[in-house]
Amino acid sequence: MAQTSTEAPALRLTDVSKSFGVVNALTKVSLEIRPREVVGLIGENGAGKSSLLKILSGNQTADSGTMELRGRPVTFSSISQAMSNGVAMVYQEQSLLPNVSVAENILLGNERGAVRDGFYRWKQMHRTAQRHLDEVKSGVSPSDITDTLPFAQRQMVEVAKALATGDGSPYDPVILLDEPTSVLESGDIETLFSVIRRVKEHASIVFVSHRLEEVLEICDRVYVMRDGEVVAEVDPAEADVDQLFRLMVGRDLTSGYFREDLSTEPTPDVRLAIESLTGPGFSDVSLGINRGEIVSILGVQDSGRENLGRVLFGALPAAHGSVRIDGERVGLRSTRDAVARGIGYLPSERKIDGAIMGMSVADNMTLAHPDVVSTLGVMRSRRVREVADEWIRRLAIKTSGPAAEMVNLSGGNQQKVVLAKWMLAPDLRVLILDTPTRGLDVGAKSEVYAILHGLAAKGVSIILLADSLEEGIYVSHRVITMADGKVTGEFTSRPGNRPSRTSLIERML
Amino acid sequence: MDNSLLARFRRATHGQPVPALIALALIVVVIAAQAPVFMTAGNIANVIDQAAIPAIIVVGLSFVILMGSIDLSVEGVMAVGSMSAALLVANDRNSLDFGLWALPVVMIIGGVLGLVSGLAVTRLRIPSFLATIAIASVASGIALILFGTSAKPQIVDPVFIDLTQGTFLGFTKVSWLALVIVLLGLVIQRYTRFGRYAYVIGGSEEIAKLSGIDVRRYRLLAFVIAGMCSSLAGALTASRTSIGSTTPGDGLLFLTIASVVIGGTILTGGRGGVLHSVIGVLIMGVIVTGMVLIGVSGFYQQIIQGVVLLVAVTAVAWKLRRPMRVVM
Ligand SMILES: Nc1ncnc2c1ncn2[C@@H]1O[C@H](COP(=O)(O)OP(=O)(O)OP(=O)(O)O)[C@@H](O)[C@H]1O
Ligand SMILES: [Mg+2]
Repeated sequence: MAQTSTEAPALRLTDVSKSFGVVNALTKVSLEIRPREVVGLIGENGAGKSSLLKILSGNQTADSGTMELRGRPVTFSSISQAMSNGVAMVYQEQSLLPNVSVAENILLGNERGAVRDGFYRWKQMHRTAQRHLDEVKSGVSPSDITDTLPFAQRQMVEVAKALATGDGSPYDPVILLDEPTSVLESGDIETLFSVIRRVKEHASIVFVSHRLEEVLEICDRVYVMRDGEVVAEVDPAEADVDQLFRLMVGRDLTSGYFREDLSTEPTPDVRLAIESLTGPGFSDVSLGINRGEIVSILGVQDSGRENLGRVLFGALPAAHGSVRIDGERVGLRSTRDAVARGIGYLPSERKIDGAIMGMSVADNMTLAHPDVVSTLGVMRSRRVREVADEWIRRLAIKTSGPAAEMVNLSGGNQQKVVLAKWMLAPDLRVLILDTPTRGLDVGAKSEVYAILHGLAAKGVSIILLADSLEEGIYVSHRVITMADGKVTGEFTSRPGNRPSRTSLIERML
Repeated sequence: MDNSLLARFRRATHGQPVPALIALALIVVVIAAQAPVFMTAGNIANVIDQAAIPAIIVVGLSFVILMGSIDLSVEGVMAVGSMSAALLVANDRNSLDFGLWALPVVMIIGGVLGLVSGLAVTRLRIPSFLATIAIASVASGIALILFGTSAKPQIVDPVFIDLTQGTFLGFTKVSWLALVIVLLGLVIQRYTRFGRYAYVIGGSEEIAKLSGIDVRRYRLLAFVIAGMCSSLAGALTASRTSIGSTTPGDGLLFLTIASVVIGGTILTGGRGGVLHSVIGVLIMGVIVTGMVLIGVSGFYQQIIQGVVLLVAVTAVAWKLRRPMRVVM
């Protein structure tokens, strides 16, 4: 659908470069964003997508190169400058304040008429915010306090916030969305897409995602990035996922993406036995998982699967029911109990629960399991480095080395580090993973699947809260569906005998 | 819209519920049961009078703490406030006679001290606890220089003294003044950019910056306001004792910060507010008076105050803990 237009592009970059010390985040990037189109931006973790958007949004300045806004050369020296020119960004990590109202978040730093002479006019504030909430078809109230909202709704508020920045400029806004869908369920993604389609009538949108199907569905044009360079411009009407993948990584998508070849049969003895377990948001869940079995749980938001994972890890209290590991009854009163019992857990909000931004990559990986790298309680820094090096290699983490600070990694690479941390647990018996591949590029996902199969082969039982239907279907031995806090279905899943998408979706709704 | 009772309450209090209010009510009930004299009009007026000066201090302090900074210069700035007020109104040391106009002048002086703290924090990037401790000792020094070691200036201005001694509708005038300042603080907190951005900056300085907010400007202003409040409190202490003092605020730093924390304004910023802090002041005040009435010895009073603080801090921290953090 790439339409030729005589209008000047909303934004045009020419030969933009940016480096951080020795890391070249962007090398001579040239691209343009035209009026009323959705531009896709894809590339592996660390390819430079976020760096590019940060330059477009005035968060960082380029080392060299030029930028033109609606035909005129500009340099954005601050975020507020970009905002007042109608360029706004939704960050990869959520950037809403938990402690203030939705309306304040939407209009933050951009209140305009809602604040006169330094004084808030709450009525007008709420009215303006409501207008933008309506644009994204969100049902939340402007006066709601943000941390009372579920994740998906907050994401819609983020989009409303980006739309609000358009208010200040007489031009159509440019909205930069950095992985907006990675935290959304499929229903919410559809809502977001309908919002994008509507908004694009009077805006330009840049859309970053690792889900290539999505990119093909929503974008009018796609730029492919590799190692800080734009390597291709693709028309989605004439491309498919395999082709995008090839352009991204420079090789073919191996047919065994889910690494089914590495899958082993579980042994028939029960490792984890859950008996009528009831907790916040789910009730009466009974489930037995064998040694070396991978069980995926599928369900929409509020299906209760997330809290089930938390309860099993002792992070939330169970109301009643019992949990046994290898026949032994365990009381899961704290996460410490769980760790001591050999239960590992990867939370979904890794930014908050999983990573310490100010510390090094190596420390982030090894701190939770100091035994792995210590002798007689003393940490061996060489061992720490070795372990970190190994995982950096296995997960292809893009970083300058084990000593690099966590903050300087790209979003996807931070997730890989947190993942490595849990894979390191020495005598892991049960591993619970809440959407482990969220935000990872295709190659890294495949590597994670290989690691899961490897752990299962060693007898670890795995509960996978899958990020997509395909992942749930192809990576596991058994698929459980949950809806409204109850288990609604159970399907065995073996090569050649996989449950169908429709039969699963039926049970999830 | 979520219409559960809790959600509605949260909206009504703008996401900053005031659990300390319940604590205050409980403590009052317990003390009133032990010492019925507590509930007499005279005693209530007395409790409020005692709370007035700390309440004025915490209005300013709240904004600093909401932003995640701290102001430890309270006592030093109070000393300057006390001394300069005593020397500005009719007194036995000089011939000045500013009358009540001394108050705005004193507040400007306090504001300048706050400005210096604020500049040290925002421009020189000195942690606020260090910067304000330094300012505290500078301020105490200034107060000393203002008189040297000679006798303290005696205030002879009857109007100025009446501010804390005189009453209006059954309460001391200073109580009414404190009420006005607290209301002013609440309006600032709810309706001004400065007040709202105090929550934003305390919630996340990074997000504030990403939204194009000039964080340094607002942080600076918070220290200025805190300085103004503390110096005003110092002046009022001078009025109460009729002399200028270099140590008018003894113990008030602990009391006010403890009150802020007990009220539910957390030291990492972003939660709580002026109302919370004022309730914290009342809790501390009620406990002190209550213990006197019940006949607890002064020695135990200190211990009990400390315990109350610990309990309050634990309660707040418990609510904010993240379940996953434990395993880090
Ligand atoms: N402040 C920084 N200091 C050092 N290196 C940085 C910094 N910011 C980014 N980088 C590096 O620049 C490269 C590009 O990072 P960027 O965040 O743009 O990747 P991305 O394409 O958004 O990846 P992802 O899909 O994982 O989010 C990475 O190698 C990253 O480590
Ligand atoms: Mg990124």
